[in-house]
Amino acid sequence: MYSRAYKSLVSLPPLLWVGIFLLLPYALMFVHSFWLVRDGFIVHQWNFGNYATLFTKPVYLQVLLRTMRIAASVTFCSLLLGYPLAYYLSFHAGARKELLYQLVIVPLWVSYLVRGYAWKTILGSEGVLNGFLQYAHITHAPVGFLLYSPFAVVLMLTHIYTPFVFLPIYAALETIPRPLLEASQDLGATPATTFRSIILPLSMPGLLAGATFAFVLSLGDFLAPLLVGGASGTMIANVVQSLFGAAYDWPLGAAVSVCILIFTLTLLSLTETFEKRWAFK
Amino acid sequence: MSATAASRRAPALTAYAILVFAFIYLPIVVLVAYSFNRDGVGGFPPRHFTLHWYQQLFGDAAIWDAVLNSLLVAAASVALALTLGLLAALALDRANFPGKALFRRLVLLPLILPGIITGLSLLMFAVFINAPLSLLTVFFGHGTALISVATTELFAGLQKLDRAQEEASLDLGATPWQTFWRITLPNLKLSLVAAGLLIFTLSMDEIAVTFFLIGRDNTLPMEIWGRLRQGITPEINAISTLIFVVSVVLISVWYRLRTRTLQSTT
Repeated sequence: MYSRAYKSLVSLPPLLWVGIFLLLPYALMFVHSFWLVRDGFIVHQWNFGNYATLFTKPVYLQVLLRTMRIAASVTFCSLLLGYPLAYYLSFHAGARKELLYQLVIVPLWVSYLVRGYAWKTILGSEGVLNGFLQYAHITHAPVGFLLYSPFAVVLMLTHIYTPFVFLPIYAALETIPRPLLEASQDLGATPATTFRSIILPLSMPGLLAGATFAFVLSLGDFLAPLLVGGASGTMIANVVQSLFGAAYDWPLGAAVSVCILIFTLTLLSLTETFEKRWAFK
Repeated sequence: MSATAASRRAPALTAYAILVFAFIYLPIVVLVAYSFNRDGVGGFPPRHFTLHWYQQLFGDAAIWDAVLNSLLVAAASVALALTLGLLAALALDRANFPGKALFRRLVLLPLILPGIITGLSLLMFAVFINAPLSLLTVFFGHGTALISVATTELFAGLQKLDRAQEEASLDLGATPWQTFWRITLPNLKLSLVAAGLLIFTLSMDEIAVTFFLIGRDNTLPMEIWGRLRQGITPEINAISTLIFVVSVVLISVWYRLRTRTLQSTT
């Protein structure tokens, strides 16, 4: 029903724009990763040296492993907080469901930076938590290890991603047909059995979506380590940032970015496949 | 089943849910409380109530310049992302072209990939075409990255749309142009406003992409970022509290619209 002219008119501008301002920049990133820096200048000489450096120098592998560990901890903690919360809202909140749902959503909209800053003021050696601990006579001197540690990064990112993890899980739990649970109960299953063999499998796509989201977004975060992580909380994206900044080795930084990009996309397509397989039919 | 009866059956779970809520809200409560604290951002309990930090904030020209810059960038990004997002949504909904599947995925990339990758790619592009970093580059970055949000929201809106109205309009002799302005666009009004608000808020708060594209003039998050490296004062709590209040207001408007959209289409 739409004419050829209509179709080209609506598709050409976004195609061109996205091609120039999105595809081309990403392609430039890819191309840079095969160049090199000599005497402070980027030389357009094709080579695999950057990738070789990444896989041979232990420091990159070390940071990468730490990043994975932090991202996995964030994912685990967010699930630990988000799943029971979603379960509670879906099955036990009764009339307060809608209000509580809104209460989970609101913090999603509080600036990322503002929340990171808030954690900084809480965890600092002269911060709110230390003030409280001394006020309550639990400790007598400031506890220093709270801020500027991987722990602080995990805490801050868990705080940010718990609502994100909650959302898809809650959506999945809400679609579980309630008669299924009644049937299970009538047939003599204990609540634990009902959870294990009905609720958990049927909420798997949501759980997976939330977990992927938390993992991928924490993996590429460079602001949380800068805000609350300190030197011991440095993550892979901080390496990229310093390669593009002070170290001025864009090709190497681009190579790290390309690795993050490929890893992220692979992970996403894998979970997409699993989500489809586990989707309720 | 009443709420109290439900809670009574699972006291442990209820207690756990309360704890999770406490965790989620703790930083926000601390932030707001200490914006009124005379003695600074730390210590416990906050003792002397004061509005001093808000006074200082209202006299702080650098902050308000940054707010103005952020508003400009956000407004321009809304215009750009909505226009291109609307066209992209129409294209995905109605046209078939080579590379459609790729285009669909490409548009969404800034939403999926870590901000640092999109930010650095755009930085390389700016250097490549010799564009100096300024608010303009920030705007290009936000506008382009947020096409993803506009496309997703508007595509969802289009899918729910009743095509019969457009068919009738075309059959009765209206031009496609007239049909677009008089039928398609008005029907999408709520989705457009909702997407616009969402893009506006996201742009106001964006930092990962902005970080690499910013020139001399700061956006508000970048101004706050810069101050975090100097000594921190409750003035930052005060501005954060204001941002929080404004976001919550915008979000409630967005949410109202969204529920109305859902109700009007189902």
